[in-house]
Amino acid sequence: MHFGPHLLLAALEGLVTSAVLALTALGLSLVFGVMRVVNVAHGEFFMLGAVLAWAISTAIAGHPAIGFAAALVIAPLLVGLVALVAERLVLRRLNYNPEGTIVATIGMLYIIQQLALTFYGPEARPVEPPFSYRILLPWFGYSGYKLSVVAASAILLVITWLVLTRTKIGLIMRATQYDRETAQAFGIPVDRVYAGVFAVGTMLAAIAAVLIVPISQAHYLMGQDPLLLSFIVVIIGGLGSLRGTVVAAILIGLSDGIISMFFSPTLAKIVATLVVAMVLVFRPQGLFGTTPR
Amino acid sequence: MADKNGFFDLSKKELSRRTALKGIAAGTGLALAPGFVRYSQAQSSAPIKIGFQLHRTGIGAAYGRWYEKTSAAAVKAINDAGGIGGRKVELVIEDDGTDPARGAEVVAKFAKQHKTDIVFGTLFSHVVIGSAPAAGENKIPYFVVSEGHHVASTKLNRYVFQPGITDVKSQIQSMAPWIAANAGKKVTQIFPDFAFGYDHRDYLPPALKAQGADVIAQIAIPPTESSFTKYFPQIPAETEVIYHVMVGPAVLTFVKELGEFYGSQRPQLFGFIDSLEAVDINSPGLEFLDGSHFWEGSPRYAQPDDSAAQKAYRAAVGIDDNGAAVGDPKDVSTAAHMFGCWETLYVVKKAMEDAGYKGPEDRAKLVEATEALKEFAEGPEHPQGPKSFNGKIHQCFGIQNISKVEGGKLKVVHKTKIEDGLYEPEGDYTTQAL
Repeated sequence: MHFGPHLLLAALEGLVTSAVLALTALGLSLVFGVMRVVNVAHGEFFMLGAVLAWAISTAIAGHPAIGFAAALVIAPLLVGLVALVAERLVLRRLNYNPEGTIVATIGMLYIIQQLALTFYGPEARPVEPPFSYRILLPWFGYSGYKLSVVAASAILLVITWLVLTRTKIGLIMRATQYDRETAQAFGIPVDRVYAGVFAVGTMLAAIAAVLIVPISQAHYLMGQDPLLLSFIVVIIGGLGSLRGTVVAAILIGLSDGIISMFFSPTLAKIVATLVVAMVLVFRPQGLFGTTPR
Repeated sequence: MADKNGFFDLSKKELSRRTALKGIAAGTGLALAPGFVRYSQAQSSAPIKIGFQLHRTGIGAAYGRWYEKTSAAAVKAINDAGGIGGRKVELVIEDDGTDPARGAEVVAKFAKQHKTDIVFGTLFSHVVIGSAPAAGENKIPYFVVSEGHHVASTKLNRYVFQPGITDVKSQIQSMAPWIAANAGKKVTQIFPDFAFGYDHRDYLPPALKAQGADVIAQIAIPPTESSFTKYFPQIPAETEVIYHVMVGPAVLTFVKELGEFYGSQRPQLFGFIDSLEAVDINSPGLEFLDGSHFWEGSPRYAQPDDSAAQKAYRAAVGIDDNGAAVGDPKDVSTAAHMFGCWETLYVVKKAMEDAGYKGPEDRAKLVEATEALKEFAEGPEHPQGPKSFNGKIHQCFGIQNISKVEGGKLKVVHKTKIEDGLYEPEGDYTTQAL
């Protein structure tokens, strides 16, 4: 294959990775930014979204698009509910202590993963895409569904940005992020904001998973890679910065696509990890992060 | 004086009756606790225990589930017919997570804790290679159903056998003439980046060379990979045949993305059914496979010329004419591989009866009796077909099927002969001490 089409394919693959990564990492970043909780179980909420998407889409008969649409709505809501319960039962009781919550979310990681293994099983199961249109380019074919994932992710990111910057809920969230005590003093129910943010953060991961599952199938171990990549993105972009997360996700996704296509996937991971190390050394707050107060 | 409180003054610390009783009670409790049960009284009436190293979780789970079903069916058939040497057979299952380190632990656990007579059933080649030393150290016969060339390479040890499924080197050698004559001369290989894939990487090029065809590119993909499009541009444009063999949870994605990439403008495809084992070939997105060819150890779909033994085997395992579980057409089996479990268990039965096997003290005799086997006739015990067995390299050789995708089914279009797959032994296990 010639260089031009090769690069185009690499960029397309990179964009799909970026799109899913941006949503997943945004959830992680939101939870950390507002609650200062490092959610190690984030990848498992992603996996839970995919597994539920499989369950919902197979339970609904008829055209695959109906099942998929139902999954896109119901699966994130269920995941959000699970997250809400986990937040009430675990994180709140730990008083959102940063060290305590890391250990607690590691525990949640194992619990969710093993429950999925017990009730869903160890197989990888496919979800039918809502439509299967193959875009025919002169050099190769490409899945139309993959491109729609990029579009859907972009729309969701814009919506999240609008909510955060233009609505009262967003204002409250930002106020809580900026200074918890002062926000509380001004009558903001910080406690409820935390619960909501944790649920929304995991729901973003679940939406990303529902979008990706027609491409890559639901499997109980699928949460590991997104977790690692999300951490990489969030550290590079700056914890709690929406803009930083999106920029870093595109950067990591594209470099992953291009490097793994022209060289090797292992090299892509090496480069990403190296960038994280460099960012941590030279700009610990991340590219767009602000120094914590 | 450091010993102010007299900790070390034994004269003060008398062993009271109460302390002694406590100690005895605790000791008895421990001895009765699970895991401390004594297994030593293996009488001739006790069941023969076969440790089943099973891929219940991890990347081999789909195979594991069907290996379990097939083995359970074989054990039932053996027991219904009187067992092995008049003794019942019992499977003791441990999950290895498809992980080599866990695999070695599981083998040791079978030998030391469960005290099983043999270990059996492993598929994934890295687990076999990781577990084989443990079998050798514990001197417990280890019957694998793996397909890899590692047993026959004689690089493992005298306790490892593969008597139920042909190894990759032999499979490739017997099919290369067909590939070169019918599919094309310029071949690009796609294989998983671990031991099993390396067998394909190493043995296909010389086998094709001998037929006047060439491997022009080799693409290794990690078995845990979840997206594949990024590898396809490495396929050279002049490729006439893509030879693909993938394993792992994402095999369906692999084939789907291959279809998206090429559509109907594809080169010829020759795949090992591993790329689609446990996956319905009529899944959406796989239409482009129509007309392509697959290797199958044992055919997934019932064939018109199936023997009575093959039909009985399919019924016993519980698969329908499409190779899916009876009653659940979506639950597609790993038919191309799992027959090996059935046949291996019958080889174990034959070898144990030949050896007059009584218990773990006869394990060396069992090894020698297995090595003495020469061939297995086609029949209810070997429904896949006849096989020859080479006791020096602990490997059997059988026929291979090449099937074409036609009208949403796999139809066998070519069967190789046993002689096509024979090669010079690379060593001799029987010279190793027992």
